[in-house]
Amino acid sequence: MSAPGYTNRSSSASFGQNSPANGGAAPPFQNGETGRIMVRFCLSHPLASPAPPPSSSAQYSHQPFQQTPYAPPGSYYVQQSCQTSLPQTQPQTQTQPQPQPTLVPAPAAGPGAPLYPIVSYPSAHGCSQYGTLSSLQNPSTPGVTQIAAPLHHYNTAPPPCATGVQPGYAAGSAGQTAPTVNGQGGAGTSEVLAVSIEIQLNCGETSSSTTGSASPAPNSYDSLEGGSFPGGPPSHFTKNTQVRKNVTELICAFDPLPSLQPFPNLSQLSAALGGLSGVPELEVEALRPVNLLQERNLLPQRPQEAPEPNLSPDLKKVNCSPQTFRCTLTSIPQTQALLNKARLPLGLLLHPFRDLQQLPVITSNTIVRCRSCRTYINPFVTFLDQHRWKCNLCYRVNDVPDEFMYNPVSRSYGEPHMRPEVQNSTVEFIASSDYMLRPPQPAVYLFVLDVSHNAVEAGYLKVFCDSLLENLDKMPGDSRTRVGFLTFDSTVHFYNLQEGLSQPQMLVVSDIDDVFIPSHDSLMVNLKESRELVKDLLTSLPAMFSQSRETHSALGPALQAAFKLMSPTGGRVSVFQTQLPSLGAGKLQSREDPNQRSSTKGVQHLGPATDFYKKLALDCSGQQIGVDLFLLSSQYADLASLACVSKYSAGSIFYYPSFHHVHNPAQLQKLQKDLERYFTRKIGFEAVMRIRCTKGLSIHTFHGNFFVRSTDLLSLANVNPDSAFAVQVSIEDSLADSSLACFQAALLYTSSKGKRRIRVHTLCLPVVNQLSDVYAGADVQAITCLLANMG
Amino acid sequence: MAFTFAAFCYMLALLLTAALIFFAIWHIIAFDELKTDYKNPIDQCNTLNPTVEKVKKIKRVKIALKLVLPEYLIHFFFCVMFFCAAEWLTLFLNLPLLAYHVWRYMSRPVMSCPGLYDPTTIMNADILAYCQKEGWCKLAFYLLSFFYYLYGYVNVSSD
Repeated sequence: MSAPGYTNRSSSASFGQNSPANGGAAPPFQNGETGRIMVRFCLSHPLASPAPPPSSSAQYSHQPFQQTPYAPPGSYYVQQSCQTSLPQTQPQTQTQPQPQPTLVPAPAAGPGAPLYPIVSYPSAHGCSQYGTLSSLQNPSTPGVTQIAAPLHHYNTAPPPCATGVQPGYAAGSAGQTAPTVNGQGGAGTSEVLAVSIEIQLNCGETSSSTTGSASPAPNSYDSLEGGSFPGGPPSHFTKNTQVRKNVTELICAFDPLPSLQPFPNLSQLSAALGGLSGVPELEVEALRPVNLLQERNLLPQRPQEAPEPNLSPDLKKVNCSPQTFRCTLTSIPQTQALLNKARLPLGLLLHPFRDLQQLPVITSNTIVRCRSCRTYINPFVTFLDQHRWKCNLCYRVNDVPDEFMYNPVSRSYGEPHMRPEVQNSTVEFIASSDYMLRPPQPAVYLFVLDVSHNAVEAGYLKVFCDSLLENLDKMPGDSRTRVGFLTFDSTVHFYNLQEGLSQPQMLVVSDIDDVFIPSHDSLMVNLKESRELVKDLLTSLPAMFSQSRETHSALGPALQAAFKLMSPTGGRVSVFQTQLPSLGAGKLQSREDPNQRSSTKGVQHLGPATDFYKKLALDCSGQQIGVDLFLLSSQYADLASLACVSKYSAGSIFYYPSFHHVHNPAQLQKLQKDLERYFTRKIGFEAVMRIRCTKGLSIHTFHGNFFVRSTDLLSLANVNPDSAFAVQVSIEDSLADSSLACFQAALLYTSSKGKRRIRVHTLCLPVVNQLSDVYAGADVQAITCLLANMG
Repeated sequence: MAFTFAAFCYMLALLLTAALIFFAIWHIIAFDELKTDYKNPIDQCNTLNPTVEKVKKIKRVKIALKLVLPEYLIHFFFCVMFFCAAEWLTLFLNLPLLAYHVWRYMSRPVMSCPGLYDPTTIMNADILAYCQKEGWCKLAFYLLSFFYYLYGYVNVSSD
């Protein structure tokens, strides 16, 4: 999250030089008019470069950058044409213009000083956006990368006016911008958009001289916004008019939402501006509707950065990465009343088992934890002296154990605060046997495949077998890994894969009302030993059922058989289903009325029809079995009921509507890609996760695929790098006496190699008591994600 | 002291209300234990306790299911009895609770066995808080009705 505004300035000159090239690169638009504006704008860069930016007057060199955010949506078409360059540039978010493979922002890449002003306000991340633009520009096609950032910039409330060079002034202006945004923020996207338009106008006003200048425009801005703040230095005025005009042109061009939802301010704005500047294109642009069915690339290509919490630099340096642990409000309100006034949800989004580039692993005999709340020691505790530490979640004073005084990394004694647990907010502990209920389980994988006629028609079996054959060696595990296969149509088929057999044997159980396991113990076999047999089975499986005429699907009994097979060990079950289960326990009716699909009454049948799958999922969760569901059906298959089997057993759901291996190549490709990721991604077994928060905060609702075993303990049978969770937090007591609120997520799991580990993430956020600060720290992406999960 | 049918009804209601009070208290204790699970004192093993607790919790929910229906049936039996005994005031006082029970049962989550509580959603703080409040309200109501029936019994049997 560092803000490389610094790198901007150094390369701003190069930017200026590149801009004509941008102008040259810009023209190939599909949308002629916006293209025209874009070209004009780019060409004006060299002229406008010394002019002050919309916000801070001192950042002259940043001027070209700030103008780019107002690029119209059509500019995204340029990105399409220059697509090849962009994906490679995307990883290079905040580093110097050398390609770097990782997304880890260089924490101290830039000098320390510019970090400080950027800390304060969301506009800071605007600054970093510009930083990325400039740094990305040099190696790649310039025109492309410029355009990338602005749109999402625009969509978020924080003004793209970058603070930066002069902390005092910048902070002041940004501080003043923030309230105007926040005063109106939150209602609807169009409002946000309008508000940000106004803010940009505000910035425009500050940069230029204030009212009374030669141009009539500022007067109208004043009347439009109703709130003015002291303008910037009056110098560079002539350049400003040019800048401002360009700014306003693009602002007006860039309002996709008003066509969807008429917003009075915008139309007033465009009318006023249209009349003022007397530019005929402007009026047309101002009222240009956006056809969402044609212009599909409205979203930014590059992932947006999260806002940085307003903390001191050394705390920010060790704070948890927002890719892993993110809060909807990066400044926590002090009281529940303030939170209610803000009308924003307070919650956390976690991605605890994410693939990490670097992860400190602590092998210590004692894991230091608070005595009362059992929090793991983290970078945000306070050391009272060398031998005592104060927990940051419950404020209890604990003792530092003797072995903690020794720092193995630097081989020094007496510096507990230099130990890696206290220097990193994401650590992994190796868990001792106290943390194990039973010896760590091996990796056990069971594949339950639908082989009814419908499935053969859909043709997924070949894709699955090919993918598994290819990735059989890459599946996570060690020498104890076990696999098994189960196929079902109207009966359930087991496969005996004992090593020593010449070929796999199929055992059919047709009593689906009371499924039993045929008494072979080699239905789940060690992968290393029976590898050849497994490969034989996979190669012959598609052909075995190609003439199948069975139309029924006994999914319920197959799942019960799977449960019985996996109960002793736990593991992962992957279920592939291509139609509505029609036989045996858990059979479902087609309860959808196709005529009602477009009814105005609202979507019905969103809840489960039976709780068979939910009960099964709870049983599986108790035996540490995770069930993943691949639904490849072309007709109604009641996903609402089937999904329960994955939802409560911490599995994943993959849905391919109207899958067919010939007629729907898009879904086929998607399945292939998903399968490759699915087979090769890391996995953790028999996991539990607990989320702790500072005293005064409490978690009240959980969203995600897991089973809530206790008030903040989530039971996850399987955890994988793609699983993410959302929780909602409420403020029970006032946080007036603490300036920092911390959250800790601890995931205890068994790795695929049979090692018991604890991954701990700690996030620290400041506590504020002003509504404006709450809005300044709102993370719009996180809020949207939480809202999408709520309700 | 006339031993009428009404007096008999009140006597029976008195005894059964004691049972209902017991159910309400059990209800409160069950939810309180569910809620405070996380406040378990220093536990060395993260998985040991929760596994046991989890089984207990599911079981507890099942017990709650066993509690819920008898309670509703007993209360329904009261209402029928008072209707037969023509004790209209008492009947009217119990009707709201009867309506509440019917509503609660009709709007329960989809499940195959008769019951009100779904183990997957019960740990949501809002549902948990609602159930606790419900427990306390019911306890208060049953206590009040206990004393009301006692008064009613004396009243009726001394007519």
